[in-house]
Amino acid sequence: MSERASVLEVKHLSAHFETEQGIVRAVDDVSFSVKEGETVCVVGESGCGKSVTAMSVMGLVQTDVKGDLFFKGKNLAELSRGDLRRVRGNDLAMIFQEPMSSLNPVLTIGEQIMEPLLVHHPYSKKQARHKAIELIELVGIGRAEQIFKSYPHQLSGGMLQRIMIAIALSCDPDMLIADEPTTALDVTIQAQVLDLLRTLQEERNMSMLLITHDLGVVAEVADFVVVMYAGKVIETGTVHDIFASPKHPYTKGLLYAKPVLGNRTKKLYTIPGQVPNLVDLTPSCYFHERCEHAMDICREKMPTLKLEDRQHVACWLYEKEVKG
Amino acid sequence: MSQSPLIEVKNLKKYFTQKSSLFDRKPSPVKAVDDVTFTIEEGETFGLVGESGSGKSTIGKSLIRLHDISEGTIKYRGIDIHNKSKKEMRSLRTKMQFVFQDPFSSLNPRIRIGDALAEPLLDHGLVTKDRVRDKVKEVMEICGLPSYHIDKYPHEFSGGQRQRIGIARAMVMEPDFIVADEPVSALDVSIQAQIINLFKELQEKKNMTYLFISHDLSVVEHLCNKVGVLYLGSMMELTTRDKLYENPLHPYTKALLSAVPIPDPTKRRERIVLKGDIPNPANPPKGCKFHTRCPFTEDICLKVQPLFKEVEKGHYVACHLV
Amino acid sequence: MENIPQIPRQMEPKVEVEGSKSSLWGQVWRRFIKRKMAVVGFLFLTMIFVFSFIGPFFSPYTTMGTNPINAHQPPSSAHWLGTDHLGRDVLTRLMLAGRISLTVGLGAMVLSVSIGGILGILAGYYRGIVDQIVMRIADVLMTLPGLPLLFIMAAIMSEWRVPAEHRMYIVMIMLSLIGWPGLARLIRSQVLSLREREFMLATDALGLRDRRKLLNHLLPNVVPILIVTATLSVGGAILSESVLSYFGLGVVPPTASWGNMINAANSLIDFTNRPWLWIPPGVAIFVTVICINLLGDGLRDAIDPNMKGR
Repeated sequence: MSERASVLEVKHLSAHFETEQGIVRAVDDVSFSVKEGETVCVVGESGCGKSVTAMSVMGLVQTDVKGDLFFKGKNLAELSRGDLRRVRGNDLAMIFQEPMSSLNPVLTIGEQIMEPLLVHHPYSKKQARHKAIELIELVGIGRAEQIFKSYPHQLSGGMLQRIMIAIALSCDPDMLIADEPTTALDVTIQAQVLDLLRTLQEERNMSMLLITHDLGVVAEVADFVVVMYAGKVIETGTVHDIFASPKHPYTKGLLYAKPVLGNRTKKLYTIPGQVPNLVDLTPSCYFHERCEHAMDICREKMPTLKLEDRQHVACWLYEKEVKG
Repeated sequence: MSQSPLIEVKNLKKYFTQKSSLFDRKPSPVKAVDDVTFTIEEGETFGLVGESGSGKSTIGKSLIRLHDISEGTIKYRGIDIHNKSKKEMRSLRTKMQFVFQDPFSSLNPRIRIGDALAEPLLDHGLVTKDRVRDKVKEVMEICGLPSYHIDKYPHEFSGGQRQRIGIARAMVMEPDFIVADEPVSALDVSIQAQIINLFKELQEKKNMTYLFISHDLSVVEHLCNKVGVLYLGSMMELTTRDKLYENPLHPYTKALLSAVPIPDPTKRRERIVLKGDIPNPANPPKGCKFHTRCPFTEDICLKVQPLFKEVEKGHYVACHLV
Repeated sequence: MENIPQIPRQMEPKVEVEGSKSSLWGQVWRRFIKRKMAVVGFLFLTMIFVFSFIGPFFSPYTTMGTNPINAHQPPSSAHWLGTDHLGRDVLTRLMLAGRISLTVGLGAMVLSVSIGGILGILAGYYRGIVDQIVMRIADVLMTLPGLPLLFIMAAIMSEWRVPAEHRMYIVMIMLSLIGWPGLARLIRSQVLSLREREFMLATDALGLRDRRKLLNHLLPNVVPILIVTATLSVGGAILSESVLSYFGLGVVPPTASWGNMINAANSLIDFTNRPWLWIPPGVAIFVTVICINLLGDGLRDAIDPNMKGR
C-alpha cells in the first residue's frame, strides 16, 4: 500500500465532562489518522468514548475539547469560525444512529435535502431540487419524486438512513463520519446500507470514519481499525492484522466473545466484569480488573501505545523491560 | 419422544384492530401473527428469528398469555392456556416466565432487587417470609449475581447485571418454560457472551425449555436446537438448527443468513442483498408475502400464498419453488 | 484464531458487606442540599413554622386580650409590631394567625392529595368505567371557576351560622374540593404512562395480585410527583385562604388568619397611618408562598432530575 495523504489527523484529543460524581474522561489522549479513500473503524463497547470522539471531530460536544485536529493539513483550531463552519458543513459530513430523530418531522424529505444545498452552495431553488432528486436516486431509492414530497414518518428506518446519507453527500464531502449507522436497522437492511456506503466511498474516493460496536461490520468495511476502551485507544492496526492476530487481551476477548455463524463452540469466551466507571480512575491499565494476564505493573501504571509487529498496542505484556 | 410436547401452538393468529378514524370506515386489522403452528419439546431451545414487524415478540407474549389471541390454540402440557380463567392462569404463571429485552425498562426503578425477586414467591405463597431471603440469595448466586447486592436498586447495576436480575426474576419461581424476548440484543458483545452462557448453564442445571426470540442469527445458532424463521407474521421455514444453517431452503432464510456480517475480513463475500424494504405489516403483499423482495419470484408467488409444508422429515418450508 | 484463550478464572469479587443498603431518599437529600435557593426556602419555612407554632408560648399577650386603652399603638418596645383597634398585640396575633393559615394550607393539601391521589391511581389503573366517572366529576369541578365557587360556598356557610372556630375546617374542605381534580388528572396521566412501562408488564408475567401491583409498583413511582405537587399546592391553598378571609368569608374574627388581618388595610386611615397592621401579615403570606415554591422546585429537581420543566 503506497503512503496516501491523510485527510484527518486527530492528535491527543481529550474530552472531559464534569458530572455530579466527578470528572468523566470520556475521551482521553486519543490519536489516529484517516487517509484518503480509507475507511477507519473505531470499535468499542458502550461508554468507551467512541461516539464522543466522532462528535468532538464534528465540534458537537458541549465541553472543552483539548488536542489538535488537522483536516487536510489545516489545524482546525486556527481557522476562523466561518471557515470552520464551512469545513464542517462542506468537507466533513456526519450521519447518526437514529435517522428518525435527526430529521425534522414537519419538513418534507426534499426540503431537508435541499437545505444544505441552498446554504452552502450558490444553487437556485430549481437546481437544488434537481440535485436533491439526483441524490435520492444515488442512494438507491426509486420513486425519487414521490419520496421528495413525503415526510419522515412515512418512510422506514432503512429509507431514512439512506436519506441521511443523501443529505451527508449533498455537499460532496471529502470525509464521512458515521456513528453506528446500521445499529438501528434490520439485518437485511443493514446489508443494503453497508453495501451502499461501500460503493459510494469507492466511487467518490471518500474517506470514512465509522463508529461501531459490531465486529462483523468492521470486518466487512474497514481498512484500518482503532480499538477503544474506557476513553483510551488500546490497539490500532490494519483490519487484517487486528483480526488475524489481535494483541491486546481486550481485543482478543471481543473477537472470541462474539458468536460467529458456522462456528459452534460449546461455551462462549467471556470477558468477566464490566467496563469500569469512568469517574476517578487511578493511573493503571483500565482493563486490569477484567484481564486474565494482569500483572502488578498493570495496576499501577498506564501503558502507552507502542509498535508491536505491525500494530500499535497499549499493554504491558508487550513491553520488553517488563517481560524480561 | 413419545410424550406430548411441552408447548403446542396451532394456527395461532393475532390481529390488532386499529381504531377506525372518522374518515376511514373500514378498519383493517394488522395481522401481526398469521396462522403460525409449531411445537416445543421439553428441554429444547426453540429459536424464533425474524426482522422487525415479523411478529416474533407477539408470539412470545401470546405464549404466556400476556395478551389475548385472535384465533388458534396454545397448549402448555396439554392445557389450553387461553381457555383458562384468570385464577387458573395465575397459578400456571409460576411455571412459565418471560425475560424482557430491555433490562432498563423492565425493572421497577423504585424497588430493591431483593424485594423484586422475593415478591413473586410471597405473592404466590411459594416460600414463607422467613425463608424468602435465603431463597432469593440462592437464585441470585445461580444467576451470577453476588448476593451482597440484594439490597440495591436497579440503577446501581450495569446493563449486563440488570439482565441477570431479569433472568433471576424469571427463574425464581422455578418455572420449566421461559420465553426470552431478545434478551441479549441491548447488551455489549462481551456482556452478551456472559448472558448467553448463563442461559446455557441454567438449561443444563435446571432442564429448562426456552423460546428464544432474536434477530441475530449467530446467537440463535449458538443457543437453539430448533429454529423458526418468521416474516411478516408467517412462518417461512422451520427445522432443526443443523438443517437450517447447513441447508436453508427458503430464499428469505438464505438472504438472512448471507446478510449477517462475519467478523473475518478475509471472508468478505458476495452476499444476497435483498432489494427493497420490509413491507408494512398492516398491508402485507398478496400471495407469498416475500415476493416483493424475493430474487426468484414467479407468477404463482404473486397470486397464491404457499402452504407451509414438510419437504423432508422435520423440515418445513413455505415456498412454491421448493 | 489459533490459540483461543481459556475461560478466565473467576475474578476475586471485591469484598462488600451485605448491609450496605443504599436509599433513594438519601440520594434525594444529597441532591436537594446542593440547591441553594431551595435550602434557603426550606430554612425560612422552618423559621416561619417555629415562629407560628412555638412563638406564642413566649409572648406575654394573648390573642383575645383586648384592651381598648392600648388601641392603635405604633410599634414600641412593649408591642414590637404595635397593637390593633382592640389593643391586641399584632405580633402575637401574627403568630397565631400563622398557625391557622399554615394549618389550613397543610390540611387542604393533605385532603386534596388523598382524594386526588387515590382517585387518580384508581382511574389510571382500572380505566374504563371507573376512569369515566372520576374524570367526568373532575371535569365538571374544573370547569367551574374556583374563586366565585368558594365565595358562594362561604356565603352559604355564613347563612348557616357555622361557629367561628369550625370555619377553619370548612375552609380546608372547600379548598380541597376544588384542589383535587387537578391532582387526580396529573396522577392519572402518570399512572396511564406507568402501566404501559415494561416493568408493569413484568408484574403481569409474574402473575402478581392487583393489590401488590398498585401498592408496591405503581404507588412508589407516583409518590415523588405527588410530593412535589403537594408541596406547591400548599402555597396555593394559603393564598386562597387569605383571599377568602380577607373578604371575611373564610376564617373570621376573632380567630386570626393572615388574610383577615390584612383586612385592616380596608380602611383608608389604617392603610395610610397604621402600616404595622397590614404590612406584617402581607409580608408573612408573601414570604411563605415564595419559600414553598422555592422548596417545591428544589424538591422536583432533587427527586427526579428528568422532571425539570414539567
